[in-house]
Amino acid sequence: MSSSAVNPVSGSDAFTADGRHKIGGVILSVQNISLSFGGVRALTNISFDVREHEVLAIIGPNGAGKSSMLNVINGFYHPQEGKVFHKGQERKRMRPYMAARAGIARTFQNIALFKGMSALDNIMTGRNTLMKSGLLAQAFYLGRARKEETAHREFCEKIIDFLEIEAVRKTPVGRLPYGLQKRVELGRALAAQPEILLLDEPMAGMNLEEKEDMCRFILDVNKEFGTTIVLIEHDMGVVMDISDRVVVLDYGRKLADGTPDEVRANQDVIDAYLGGGH
Amino acid sequence: MLYREAGQFKTSYAADQQIFPILQDRIGIGLIAVLALGVLPLFATEYMTTTILIPFLVMSIAAIGLNILTGYAGQLSLGTGGFMATGAFAAYKLSTMFPDLNIVFVFLGSGVITAFVGVMFGIPSLRIKGFYLAVATLAAQFFLLWLFNKVPWFTNYSSSGVISAPPRAIFGDIMVTGSSAHYTAKYLFLLVFVGLLALAAKNLTRCHLGRAWMAIRDMDIAAEIIGIKPLQTKLSAFAISSFYCGIAGAAWGFIYTGSVEPLAFSIEISFKVLFMVIIGGLGSILGSFFGAAFMVLLPVILTNAPHLLGLNIPVDMISHLEYMIFGALIIFFLIVEPHGLARLWQIGKEKLRLWPFPY
Ligand SMILES: Nc1ncnc2c1ncn2[C@@H]1O[C@H](COP(=O)(O)OP(=O)(O)OP(=O)(O)O)[C@@H](O)[C@H]1O
Ligand SMILES: [Mg+2]
Repeated sequence: MSSSAVNPVSGSDAFTADGRHKIGGVILSVQNISLSFGGVRALTNISFDVREHEVLAIIGPNGAGKSSMLNVINGFYHPQEGKVFHKGQERKRMRPYMAARAGIARTFQNIALFKGMSALDNIMTGRNTLMKSGLLAQAFYLGRARKEETAHREFCEKIIDFLEIEAVRKTPVGRLPYGLQKRVELGRALAAQPEILLLDEPMAGMNLEEKEDMCRFILDVNKEFGTTIVLIEHDMGVVMDISDRVVVLDYGRKLADGTPDEVRANQDVIDAYLGGGH
Repeated sequence: MLYREAGQFKTSYAADQQIFPILQDRIGIGLIAVLALGVLPLFATEYMTTTILIPFLVMSIAAIGLNILTGYAGQLSLGTGGFMATGAFAAYKLSTMFPDLNIVFVFLGSGVITAFVGVMFGIPSLRIKGFYLAVATLAAQFFLLWLFNKVPWFTNYSSSGVISAPPRAIFGDIMVTGSSAHYTAKYLFLLVFVGLLALAAKNLTRCHLGRAWMAIRDMDIAAEIIGIKPLQTKLSAFAISSFYCGIAGAAWGFIYTGSVEPLAFSIEISFKVLFMVIIGGLGSILGSFFGAAFMVLLPVILTNAPHLLGLNIPVDMISHLEYMIFGALIIFFLIVEPHGLARLWQIGKEKLRLWPFPY
């Protein structure tokens, strides 16, 4: 592992010609993961690596186990077999909030926003783990609490500008159209300044224009902050365009793992998925 | 002056993060403060102060307490009466064990004790939700009342089981509890307490703790996945909520009625506070005041209005009428407007903001 992988901002060799952070060493590794629910095998002996600063896509037909894989990564599901290594350390059995605190954020296939709260409050909640002011300071909005609220508000406003949702920042998210809700959810995940961002079908149900916007946001996040991105997506055009590597799942098994071109040329993938009339 | 946001541009996020960003709202709050602190005490009769103003303030504290737990954190509770009883008896024990302790600290201390009790009964909330949690909090209600009834230590071995508030003063000689206290002094003392408690509640709900509560309420799984610890967050809601209910109970025993027995805090009180929160507006501090005002004023209006209109309605009919009106309103609000009177108030303001243009 080169030193630039560990410390991406040191030295000019940390960036590629087009300004992206150079893909580094393995930041997260899943090894021989098997997960079943009662009799249903959702994942069978899955292994792959996620490298620092890359965009990794997980593809596969419905029910292939893609969402389950993300749920294993952020500690929401506990696989019966296999190990997860995060930054070289084997992960103990844990609660999902610990993954968030360790720098792993995610969005959901079915939007999971806090419906009664405004877009701004949803995004602010993404920063809750970074806020430290105590009970009395909050109750009387004293120095520390006030400063903290204002500072975090400024950060969240940057995200709001970036995602172009200024006009709806005070609207309860339940009243927003689907596409904007997806953006707010991305904003809430970004607010935590995660190292790894897990996106479960961020573009599902969007029209072409909305998809293009979302692709742009994802690539910009990766480029500007070097955030490692693992995303699930059905649209093959999108996947081939934006990802550095692709993992293909089918019926809970891994079919292939490689660059978009390698995966596209893989005979198993062509048989099972691409050529299978999907 | 028109009610307008226009022209009041916020030049900083700090300014936008004030409790009342709109100037007219700030003026309104100022007017209410002047009215409540300066004008009402001059004109309110003893009857009005002791049957309307003081119970209104006491119930407002309880409603804020339950609203934090149920309206903000989404944890349904029917234990409010039990927690209020805890506050009343804690205040009694504190003030008789430590006769020199300032009454302000007696109230705060009873709130803290109730907070601990609330946390204990909040532990099941990690595993159970909604209806089942409500049943678990009912256990708190019945257990606590049973405890205060059965263990004579809580009443200092009084044979009747009734506790009487000892006379206590602030600023040296202004009596605020006990039979010799003037009703205006009681009212003003309570008012300042309520003002500060409401301010603290409003601030908590707009800071990170409040957002954690609402996140748990709206979608607990997503909240946990973005790093919010479910157990701590729920227990903090139980603690803060019980702190308010405890102070409400202490104020009930010490300022409103002056003497109290456990029975005063029966399950009926728990339901009444819940109704206040639903009618006033779940998840709104202002709504807690609306709900309390409604609950206190309705019986007074129902008792006096027929008389003024020359009708002669029997007393038991009036109390039945009270329940029918509450029942109808609760069904209305639950179905049509879960955010209660507070939401209607907000809609009114939004209309006013746009008035006279329909868009
Ligand atoms: N919590 C659960 N309980 C029971 N079965 C589950 C659970 N989660 C997933 N499964 C099962 O595991 C399998 C994989 O589901 P998963 O949601 O991971 O697929 P997916 O690849 O995300 O599919 P889709 O493209 O439809 O989102 C399915 O058969 C599903 O029914
Ligand atoms: Mg899925």
